[in-house]
Amino acid sequence: MDFWFFLIQVLNGVQYGLLLFLVASGLTLIFGIMGIINLAHGSFYMLGAYVAYWLALKTGSLVAAVALSLPVSALVGYAIEAVLVRALYKRDHLDQVLLTYGLILVFNEGQKLIWGSDVHGVAVPELLNWSFRLTDNLNYPAYRLLISAVCAVVALGMWWMIAKTRFGMWVRAGAANREMVAALGIDVKLLFGLVFAIGAALAGLAGAIAAPVNSVYPGMGESVLILCFVVVVIGGVGSVKGAFLGAILIGLADTFGKVLLPDFASFSVYAVMAAVLLWKPRGLFA
Amino acid sequence: MTRLPRPAAIVLLALLALLAAYPLYGSLLFPEKHAFLLQKVTGIMILAIMAMSLDLLVGIAGMVSLGHAAFFGLGGYMLAILSPQYEAADIWVALPLALATVAAVSAVIGALSIRTNGISFIMITLAFGQMGYFFFNDSRLAGGSDGAFIYVMPTVEIAGVSLLNLESKLTFYYVVLGAFVGAYLLLRMVLASPFGRVVQAIGVNENRVRGLGFDPDRYKLVAFVIGATIAGLAGFLGAAQYGFVNPAMLSWHQSGQALVMVILGGTGTLFGPALGAFVLELARMGFESVTEHWLLPMGLFVIAVVVLLPKGVAGLLLQLERKPPPEAEDGA
Repeated sequence: MDFWFFLIQVLNGVQYGLLLFLVASGLTLIFGIMGIINLAHGSFYMLGAYVAYWLALKTGSLVAAVALSLPVSALVGYAIEAVLVRALYKRDHLDQVLLTYGLILVFNEGQKLIWGSDVHGVAVPELLNWSFRLTDNLNYPAYRLLISAVCAVVALGMWWMIAKTRFGMWVRAGAANREMVAALGIDVKLLFGLVFAIGAALAGLAGAIAAPVNSVYPGMGESVLILCFVVVVIGGVGSVKGAFLGAILIGLADTFGKVLLPDFASFSVYAVMAAVLLWKPRGLFA
Repeated sequence: MTRLPRPAAIVLLALLALLAAYPLYGSLLFPEKHAFLLQKVTGIMILAIMAMSLDLLVGIAGMVSLGHAAFFGLGGYMLAILSPQYEAADIWVALPLALATVAAVSAVIGALSIRTNGISFIMITLAFGQMGYFFFNDSRLAGGSDGAFIYVMPTVEIAGVSLLNLESKLTFYYVVLGAFVGAYLLLRMVLASPFGRVVQAIGVNENRVRGLGFDPDRYKLVAFVIGATIAGLAGFLGAAQYGFVNPAMLSWHQSGQALVMVILGGTGTLFGPALGAFVLELARMGFESVTEHWLLPMGLFVIAVVVLLPKGVAGLLLQLERKPPPEAEDGA
C-alpha cells in the first residue's frame, strides 16, 4: 500500500471516528450521569440529518441548515427528557431500554410520515466542493477535512467545558457519584435536562454535517447507534476520554477493515470490541 | 418465583385452553383468514418460546443479553444445513444435532461473555450476535445474505412408520404448542431445582451467592447454555415453519424484539415474556390492519405500557391476588 493511499484511509478513519465521537460522547455522558441506556440516541442523529436536509432545501444554505438543526435536536432532546425519561429515573434500567425502544419506533415512523422513505442526497456547498490533489489520481475532498475540523473543535470545546467550567465540574461529579451530587444541593433536574439536551444536540450536529457525505435515509440512526454503543463500551461507560479513543479506534478499524478485508469489514469492528472486552471487561477507561 | 398465585394460574390456564382450542373455533370466527391466522399464532408461540428462554438469562439470572437471536438463528440454520436439498431431514438426527451445536457454541460464547457484567455484558453479547449474523451473511455455507430454503419438512418416524406429518399446518400447530408448554414446564422445573435456586439468587445478589461459597460463573454459564439451547429449539421450529432461513434471524433486531417481549411481559416471571410475545405481536397485527404507519401507534403503545405498567403485563395478573402489600411484593 503506498503512502498516499494509506494517508487517505487514515484521514477517512479519523473523520469517521470523530463523527462517531460526537454521537458517542452524549451517549456515554447520559449513561454515566443519569444511568439511562438511551436507545433513541441514534434517532437524534437521524433528526439532525433530516432537519439539515430539509432546511438546506428550503434555505439553500447548508451552513444555516446545520446551525438550525442544532437547536432543534437540543429542544427535542430536552422535551423528551422532561416529559418521559424523567418519570423513569427510579425504575430499572430495562424499563428505560423499553421506553427508548418505543421512542425509536415513533421517531422512525415520524420520519417516514414527514419525509418519506426515499434516500436523499445533500449537496456539498459550492465553496467547499473541491478536493486536495495528492497525486495524479488521488484526491481528498475538502468537505471531509472540514467535518474532521468541526468535530475536532467540538471535541476540544467539550474537553474545555468538562475540565474547566463549573458546569463541567457538576458533570464530572455526576458521572462519578450521582447521589452525592444531589445531596450537595446541585439542581440535578436541571443538570440531567441539560446533559440530555447537549447529548441530543451533539448527535444532531453529527447527523447534519455528515449528511452531504453519508446522505440521509430511513433507519440511519440505528446503524450509528450500534457502533456508538461499541465505542462507549470499548472506552468505558461514562468516560468521555474513553469514548474519544474508542471512536477513533472503531473509525480506523472500520475503514481499514473495508479496505483490507472487504468480506469481513463489519466483522472487524465487533472483533475489536470482543477483544477489548475480554482483555479489559470494563472498557479501557472505566 | 416459587408458586404462581391462584388467580394468575387460573387466568393462564384459561388462556392456554383458548390457545389449544383455537384451531376448532378459529375457522368459525375468521373463516377467510383462518389458514393465515393459524400460521400466525404458530409463529407467535415460537417467539414466545424464545422470549421465555431469554427470560431465564435476563429476568432470572440477571444477564441482559442482546445477542440471543444468534442461537435462535443457529438452530434454524442447522435445520437448513442438515436438510438434504428437496428431501426431508430425519428429525431424530436433525433436532439433536441442531440443539447440540447450539449448546456447544453457546458454551463458548457464554464462557467468554460472563467475564463481563451489566452494560458490558449487553454489548459483548451484541458483538457475538453480530459476528454470528455476519458469519452467515458473508459465508457461502447456506446461501449467504440470500438465505436458504428448506423445501420439505423433517420426517417424524419410528422404524419407517410416520408418527406425525409436519406438513399439515394443524399438526405443526400442536407440535409447536407442545414445545411451548414443554419449554415453560422445563424452565419451571429448572428453577425449582437446587441449581435453579442458586441461579435465582445470583439474579438477586451475585456477591452474596459467592459469599455463600458458590461459584456464580459456573451457574451462570449453565443457565446461559440452557436458555440458548431452548432458543435454538425455537429457531429450529421457526425455520421448519417458514421453510426458509436468512441472516436476519440472527440480527440484533431479532434479539431486541425478544428483549422487548421479556420486559413488556414482565421480567423474571417466565409466563410474562410469553404473554409479552402475544401482546406485542397481536398489537402489531391490530395496528397493521388499521394503518400502514403502524410503527407510530406501536411505539406509543410500548411507551404507554412502560409508563403505566411498571411490572409489565405479568404485573397485572399478579395484582389479581389482592393480599396485604408485603405479600404482593413477592414478584421476584
